[in-house]
Amino acid sequence: MTDVLNATKITKRFGGLVAVHDVDFTIPEGSIVSLIGPNGAGKTTFFNIIAGIYDPTAGSIDFHGENMIARARRAWLEPFLWLTPPAILLLITLAISTSGNQVLTGLGIVFTILTLLGSMVTGVSRPLAYQRAIRRFGIFRSARPNDMVVAGLGRTFQNIRLFANMTAMDNVLVGMHSRLKTTWIDALLSTPRDRREEKTSRVRANELLTLVGLKGRGDVVAKNLPYGDQRRLEIARALASDPKLLLLDEPTAGMNPNETANLTRLIGRLRSELGLTVLLIEHDMRVVMGISDRVTVLDHGERIAEGTPDEVRRDPKVIEAYLGTPPA
Amino acid sequence: MTTVAVAGRRSNPASRFLRIAFFAVVAIVIYQLVLFIALQQTWLVGTSALPADQAFPVAVQQTINALSIGAIYALIALGYTMVYGIIELINFAHGDVFMVGAFLSMFVTLGIFGQTVGVSVTDIPFLILLLASALIIVMPLTGLLNVTIERIFYRPFRGGSRLAPLITAVGVSFILQNLALVFVGSGDRGAPQVFPLEWQIKFGEAKISVLSIFIFALAVSLMVALNLFVNKTRLGRAMRATAQDQQAASLMGVDLNQTIALTFLLGGALAGAAGVVWGLRFGYVRQDLGFNAGLKSFTSAVLGGIGNINGAALGGFFIGFTENLASALGFSRWSEFLVFLILTFVLIFRPTGILGQQLGDRA
Repeated sequence: MTDVLNATKITKRFGGLVAVHDVDFTIPEGSIVSLIGPNGAGKTTFFNIIAGIYDPTAGSIDFHGENMIARARRAWLEPFLWLTPPAILLLITLAISTSGNQVLTGLGIVFTILTLLGSMVTGVSRPLAYQRAIRRFGIFRSARPNDMVVAGLGRTFQNIRLFANMTAMDNVLVGMHSRLKTTWIDALLSTPRDRREEKTSRVRANELLTLVGLKGRGDVVAKNLPYGDQRRLEIARALASDPKLLLLDEPTAGMNPNETANLTRLIGRLRSELGLTVLLIEHDMRVVMGISDRVTVLDHGERIAEGTPDEVRRDPKVIEAYLGTPPA
Repeated sequence: MTTVAVAGRRSNPASRFLRIAFFAVVAIVIYQLVLFIALQQTWLVGTSALPADQAFPVAVQQTINALSIGAIYALIALGYTMVYGIIELINFAHGDVFMVGAFLSMFVTLGIFGQTVGVSVTDIPFLILLLASALIIVMPLTGLLNVTIERIFYRPFRGGSRLAPLITAVGVSFILQNLALVFVGSGDRGAPQVFPLEWQIKFGEAKISVLSIFIFALAVSLMVALNLFVNKTRLGRAMRATAQDQQAASLMGVDLNQTIALTFLLGGALAGAAGVVWGLRFGYVRQDLGFNAGLKSFTSAVLGGIGNINGAALGGFFIGFTENLASALGFSRWSEFLVFLILTFVLIFRPTGILGQQLGDRA
């Protein structure tokens, strides 16, 4: 079994505060892995590093064997690299213009502008080939959240962060954004490709809404859904990007026991039916112990235990972290 | 609280459009009546009061004028409101992008076509060619200018303080004005009014200029296109999502840099279109044009509810009508006073503007 995600020696400092210290972490494909720890243990910080929100102070993360996240190196060089080809062309154009040939000079100016536009477009859209190319110059820019989604990572939030004024359907379609191909030109001309894609994406969104139990509620504006349904909608939206790894940040927070049981079943189904790998942050120990294959415990930013739920439950360090030192 | 209403509106776009059109027609008719009656009042307009048979055509003509001025303000206001909606920045340089658009349009008609006077009414194909090429050349250029401004001057501040990019925007506004000063000098520059001004349609006694109708139609079709883009397409959806929650949108796979650049591109292109019609309508361009027009368009955006696309359009027409009312009754010196007076009162009693704030929210 290969690893979906492989984090080595992740450290994150905020000024003097060490939020995460030297954490190693792997997630085998097809497993459900939980991350637990007392409040302030650095769970969410670690989560946010994986999602690409924070760059780690040290360490790196491989996602499906590709190094995605690490401390940025010489990122300031990147814009200068974009300017190099047009600058060379500009110099050539200047050299030509001294000869007085107006046609060639005009051509030179046109090519310079085109190259400038081209390199800016490449720099903004960052295709994979471009990213590999700039690494050759020793430039590494850590993946941004949207790059991680493209690579196959979906997530939900501890506090619900739906697009409150958009319908449930639109929320799911935003989740699908990175998988859709139509450009604004397609949309403008309403090409067959655009219409086909719009149709298939709506069908797919309906399937996802059905999967999480929101069948037929696609037209309801997100903020008008009941709390439990909003949580489900967040999962549907995360699934829409076709992730390989799903990060769930306290998915059962604020739910009653019945809703919690339903959601636990849903998470189990996500793995069995969609073949997803799941990383779970959760406070409800019944959920964690019930469905996890592996559990990792963080305290004060350090990994204090790792193993199967049973092993972790009996680990003296874990008991100490949660309950304090037993009286001598 | 608006569950039913929102869901109901969404289900039938055609009836929504008809309702908007109906309200627009009612508003225009009411404005005409007000103007028609006001023009006859001696206590209001003094010796220039008109008898009823003369007041009517004047009221009709002035209404059409108001529509065309309002359309220009609305086109510029859309750029302000979209940018505010997506990154909460008041892009003070936007008015100057409009000014650059007006100059570029002048260069296209004078420089490329060498047209200095109005095209003959009989030569409509040439007129269409001229206007189409002006729009096709100017709109992408101003759009790209706006994107470049964002890339260089605003993006480095993203995620930091709100004030820094705001001050930078003021700076960019001065840079553009002074660049224009260097390249084209100060004072009015005559822009060729290629659209034949004598081309009019008779409506009873009233003579309605086709130019005004053209400006209005162009603006409305651009607004409809923008609305469809924002509400129906994948990239528009990404824009709405980014406006609501940037970080969540980026965690759902939306590329913020691309989406924000696209917003600036669209805003700049609309300002470019406004620049093209400005030259046609007023026949002059100045380097400080962007300040005045920009301020009034910004007012329109705030009036309609900043961040709200439909609100900006409504606000633009509202300001156009207000200004027109003042000048038609002979108080043009008071028009700006009136505009900002209304703005103040709207903001006191309804701080979120007429339609409320929300990019892409179905007003």
